[in-house]
Amino acid sequence: MVMGDLVREVDVAVVGGGPGGYSAAFRCAELGLETVVVDLDKRLGGACLFEGCIPSKALLHVAAVLSEAERAREFGVDFGEPRISLDPLRKWKSERVVGKLARGLAGVARGKNVEVIGGRAAFEDARSLRITGDEPQKIRFKHAILATGSAPAGLPGVEIVSERVMDSTAALEVPDVPGSLLVIGGGYIGLELGQVYAALGSEVTVVEMLDGLLTGADRDLVQHLARRCERMFKAIRLGTRVSALRDTGGGVEARLGDGEPETFDRVLVAVGRRPQTRELGLEATRARVTERGFVEVDARGRTADPHVWAVGDITGEPMLAHRAMRQGKVVAEAIAGRPAAFDNVVVPAVVFTDPEVAWCGLTETEAAREGRAVKIAKFQWAASGRAATLGRSDGLTKLVVDPETGRVLGVGIVGPGAGELIAEGALAVETALLAEDLALTIHAHPTLSETLMEAAETLLR
Amino acid sequence: MARAFVLPDLGEGLTEAEIRQVLVREGDVVREDAPLLEVETDKATVEIPSPMAGRVERIHVQPGQTVKVGQVLVEFGDAGAPGGKQAADTLDPTRTPAPEPKTVIADGRAKQAPAAEAPARREGPVPATPSTRRLARELGVDLNAVRGSGPGGRVTDDDVRAAAGPAPATPSTEPAPTSARPAAPAPPAVAKPLARVGVEPPPLPKFEQWGPVERQPLSHLRRTIAERMTLSATLIPHVTHFDRADITDLDAVIRRNLESGRGRGVTLTLTAFLLKAAALALLDHPDFNASLDPAAGELILKRYVHLGVAVATERGLIVPVMRDVDKKTILELARELAALAPRVRDGKATLDDLRGGTFTITNIGALGGTGAIPIINYPEVAILGVARAREEAVVREGRIVPRLLLPLSLTFDHRVADGADGARFASSIIRRLEQPDSLLLGL
Repeated sequence: MVMGDLVREVDVAVVGGGPGGYSAAFRCAELGLETVVVDLDKRLGGACLFEGCIPSKALLHVAAVLSEAERAREFGVDFGEPRISLDPLRKWKSERVVGKLARGLAGVARGKNVEVIGGRAAFEDARSLRITGDEPQKIRFKHAILATGSAPAGLPGVEIVSERVMDSTAALEVPDVPGSLLVIGGGYIGLELGQVYAALGSEVTVVEMLDGLLTGADRDLVQHLARRCERMFKAIRLGTRVSALRDTGGGVEARLGDGEPETFDRVLVAVGRRPQTRELGLEATRARVTERGFVEVDARGRTADPHVWAVGDITGEPMLAHRAMRQGKVVAEAIAGRPAAFDNVVVPAVVFTDPEVAWCGLTETEAAREGRAVKIAKFQWAASGRAATLGRSDGLTKLVVDPETGRVLGVGIVGPGAGELIAEGALAVETALLAEDLALTIHAHPTLSETLMEAAETLLR
Repeated sequence: MARAFVLPDLGEGLTEAEIRQVLVREGDVVREDAPLLEVETDKATVEIPSPMAGRVERIHVQPGQTVKVGQVLVEFGDAGAPGGKQAADTLDPTRTPAPEPKTVIADGRAKQAPAAEAPARREGPVPATPSTRRLARELGVDLNAVRGSGPGGRVTDDDVRAAAGPAPATPSTEPAPTSARPAAPAPPAVAKPLARVGVEPPPLPKFEQWGPVERQPLSHLRRTIAERMTLSATLIPHVTHFDRADITDLDAVIRRNLESGRGRGVTLTLTAFLLKAAALALLDHPDFNASLDPAAGELILKRYVHLGVAVATERGLIVPVMRDVDKKTILELARELAALAPRVRDGKATLDDLRGGTFTITNIGALGGTGAIPIINYPEVAILGVARAREEAVVREGRIVPRLLLPLSLTFDHRVADGADGARFASSIIRRLEQPDSLLLGL
């Protein structure tokens, strides 16, 4: 027998070791299914752990410490000018943060008897995968779960290969602190990384094609963030396209809109992510892929092929790790014969900028677009005791409420800690609580969580 | 100030309705949307929900009365209207906006299936907690079709359970054999369509064309039996296994001990021995002491042995349940049975007397016959039918001898067990009846 003919028989083969993949694999194992994960890098964590959520939050924490230290002068504490050493910073991020979590996931996999196979997987037919790479083999499965995630999208119409032009993965490595940085894309990735580099000392210019930052979120929430960005960044150019990029040797020359070419030390392209479904050999199965490259799935996560399931970014928007993790558990339970379904009402969205912006459920913008009648309850943080003690009145908590029943349909929050506060909003919307329930629940004083109660109280009057 | 609630416009050009049932009493505090009255129109039976939360001050109508749209049905007092946010304007008697009438039995759908009814206008996802939504999936209930009784129209676990099962949710609903309240005075029977299970029965021919007919409404108990038997016979693939037990020796045991039993105030009957034999056999064959959960794909094995004993009453079949039969002596079982049966016949059984059975025995021997195929008492797995014991000529060691033979028919759920399993289980009952000492030893 030669290596290429090694055939492995399993109940479930998971392709992709990101949050969707490992959640599915762990749950499958818990339910007694023999499960393997095939991952290109033979590790669990995926883009989330190695080039997304986790490293970016580690860097944003550094940015927050820097800006807090700076603000401390306001109340008479001066730490002096910060001295930033990139080597210890990178080491801390990759070893103490990412490395520690990666070892944790590997340990969980061992504990649950989930083997991680290194290599690239492609379907040979609807019941088997061919693995190429370090551990070539053939896997026959009863069910396959695709969780291959997404990758940063390139700038359409602009072809350039230059190490000065980074995607989010490269930027998270912090190769240096460029004197000037052009961020292409005013979405959450561009703003988060833009703020990291601005805090580290770069002069940041953000250019956005649409006429607002963070276009998915309600404008009144974005307003507080936009004000902060205006102070942190050298310039924000809205409604502007980047028509050309050229590596001049000493920098990157960019043409923004109709203006004269400007030169930046580095460029970060953050114009979204695209699903990775090519090269999977999906044509060998009955699974269907949309024009944009997303795999079509039903409420349980099953594709048009009864043996092939999919979770996470490749199944569509919003491309968020926590959505993928829930989908992974649903698919595992569905495969095990349980009546599971991804029927979640909310997938909370959090932008980890300073201030943070978070929302869940119905937004005011969506309600207006759908012509749906809603009541809006707002509480400005200027009136919050806790916000005052933090020196941060740049916040707003907003409830979107059904006018007939008083049910909370959506919650939006901007302000420091909004990402944590949104959990209560998600619980309220997911469990169909009334605004009254929030108003009548005692919230600890003084906390920012009171702003949810206060907003709800405005509806009782 | 009392607020009057009038019969709302029922739609479809209906101007009057007959009050079928008043579901609240004066002095009751009700929540918004709680059922107040059941009215019957010529199209359907409709449950009228309360337009507000509050105390019912006066009830102006009674069952059987015909009321017109706009006529005052109930007056609410001011007290206890915590949810009365909209109460002030909702209850202006001159312009009471009709709460969506809750159609209970429209076009032949039964009240036990509120899932049939379209819930109030709803945008977006159904308001329910994730755990309630999971329960709905487990019970196969479409949440979109369930009306939420919780705050803000939230669908609760109870709403889902009520939509899922034929089990009556409130005492005001029809009594079932397993949850009847025979002590309550039975309201006069009024014809209602039966709950449907799966197949829609085709329309009946017009019998009048062949001669005069008389239409008689089914009694509540009859309806319930009919619905449950339809449910069982439709859902469960029934198999019946026949055999006979030689109870010559057992009969001798009973006869020998009849007097001493009487001395203790107990009449020893065959049923007490049957109960014990079945209970011990069930311990050996737990699959027959179970319920199938098709939604979960699981067999629910019950770690208790509560046996139902079908009792024929004047009003229909009722199945009281004897608890922990495996743990009781035959004397105890005989005593309990002697006390229970008349209670059931006199309509004095309590709800607890009638619930929780795991297996049923039906003894049709008293009325003759050589055997019958019983229908499983849903959602149990099996039922044992017992016909009359007869002395018959049996060949033993080449000689014809008279023996007392008891015909048994074991009907079981073929989804759960196969013919061989049924035969083994039946044999294990028969062995115990043929060797009464095994019953004594609890073997």
